[in-house]
Amino acid sequence: MTKRKAIKTAFTVIVSLVLLVLLWEGYKWMGQQTEDHWPGTQLGLPVSTDDLTMPHASDIFNELTDEIRAGRETLPMTVYLAKKAAFTFLEAAIGFSLGVIVGLMLAIFMLRWRFAEKGFLPWINVSQTVPLIALAPIVVTWARLQGYPDMVGISLIATYLTFFPVAVSGLRGLQSPDSSDVELMRSYAASWSSTLIKLRLPAARPFLFPAFKLAATLSVVGSIVGEISIGTKTGLGRAILDFAQRYSVWPERLYSSVIAASLLGLFVFGLVNAAEWFFIKRGREVLK
Amino acid sequence: MRENSENLEEAVSIRAADKVFNPDSDNEVQALLGIDLDIKEGDFISLIGPSGCGKSTLLRLIADLLVPTAGEVKVFGKTANQARLDQDYGMVFQHSGLFDWRDVSANIELPLELKGWSKADRQARSKEMLELVRLEEFKDHYPRQLSGGMQQRVSIARALSFEPRLLLMDEPFGALDEMTREHMQVELLRIWRETGTTVVFVTHSIPEAAFLSSKVVVLSPRPGRIHSEITVDLGDRTDQTREDPEFFQATTEVREALRAVEAG
Repeated sequence: MTKRKAIKTAFTVIVSLVLLVLLWEGYKWMGQQTEDHWPGTQLGLPVSTDDLTMPHASDIFNELTDEIRAGRETLPMTVYLAKKAAFTFLEAAIGFSLGVIVGLMLAIFMLRWRFAEKGFLPWINVSQTVPLIALAPIVVTWARLQGYPDMVGISLIATYLTFFPVAVSGLRGLQSPDSSDVELMRSYAASWSSTLIKLRLPAARPFLFPAFKLAATLSVVGSIVGEISIGTKTGLGRAILDFAQRYSVWPERLYSSVIAASLLGLFVFGLVNAAEWFFIKRGREVLK
Repeated sequence: MRENSENLEEAVSIRAADKVFNPDSDNEVQALLGIDLDIKEGDFISLIGPSGCGKSTLLRLIADLLVPTAGEVKVFGKTANQARLDQDYGMVFQHSGLFDWRDVSANIELPLELKGWSKADRQARSKEMLELVRLEEFKDHYPRQLSGGMQQRVSIARALSFEPRLLLMDEPFGALDEMTREHMQVELLRIWRETGTTVVFVTHSIPEAAFLSSKVVVLSPRPGRIHSEITVDLGDRTDQTREDPEFFQATTEVREALRAVEAG
């Protein structure tokens, strides 16, 4: 990325953050003036604007720098959340990696055997209609019964969410080369695996990276939902669970944990973006 | 050996070849019927005919990308399948088919990589090939950074990189503008002379076939058959040749054969 482009991106981020805060505070201010009604009407606002439902943006940001007691030690909220996020990140990273491996293997399997595509694809689609909330405790209970740490079960839940976009987009990407490209490889008497490695996999990259981005954010969602649904001892899911129970006393805390979760999502998204740049775009700009 | 046997050995020999697509079904198509064709080593043959005459199908039979329903296809005295496995031919398609994640040298080196050549050998050969097609200074460019004509030159370099004795070209200049196309024709003839490769060239352009070929094979459609073979001898061709009466005569001959085909 050029310096100019980086500055532009940073500028966009700051401006949209400022706009978001203005919108939040503007709505809150309006609701306070009209006692939670649309101005000039008797229609109630969809979200109440009192300090419990919508704490001031400044209070939420202050909360991030405030201290929190965690067990015997006292930590700044940012450090506390970063520690929880690091744990969730680890689960998400394992889930993502497994999901990518499983997804790619399924895609290659379906590419190799057409009957597998016909037989598997519907089940892969069905797999995603099972509600995660119902599935998570089952998977984690299985893992617990076998003596695995909760992290294993949670990572498996993240895997369950991430393999899907990789398998579906991966298959499309592997099938994307023109028939003449396949004929070219055949004219070289290239084996099926050489064709896969030299042609199909590289050609699939533009299909795979958008799937990886989706999978990366899903892996964070999957990990947090997994943590919440089984009540682990640590991770962002734990923090959200704890803060949700004390929402009536300390609403800013729940909001700060939500911010931490979205920052983690952004972070993994950024990692995949960087990988995409490294593996596809580097040095390949079209000359004007 | 190759020099001595020139014009003696058959590069391609096709006997009574038929090709039926989707046999025994509702959309059965007789693409080729009773094809007999001999191509001598060192020849430049064009296959021309109206669309649907099976000229690309015929090229693919020679390449063993399709298998004939009946009859026999021999390439350098071997079965087409053996010739493909031995990589006796290189192929160029209408769309250059360059892999856009590989730079120019890496594209040219692809067939060598598949053959397991060492990196040093590959680099040396791709350098030679880039000299042959006169694109030395573009070796680090990516295909999308090149014009259509340049991409097609890279594609030719890739097809010739492992020194096949036969070059199969499927409407290689079909997507190029007229000026680039004429320039590429002159370049191709130069490469053909320098390498001594036998060329089978599918086209639907009458002047292109007349300008390039030592023999033009005219096909008729539904089912695809060989209508006639026209021998052309324009000697050493340059852009000037296009204004010669001999060239005009050759195009007229090909055009009349195609009209006869259309008239059925």
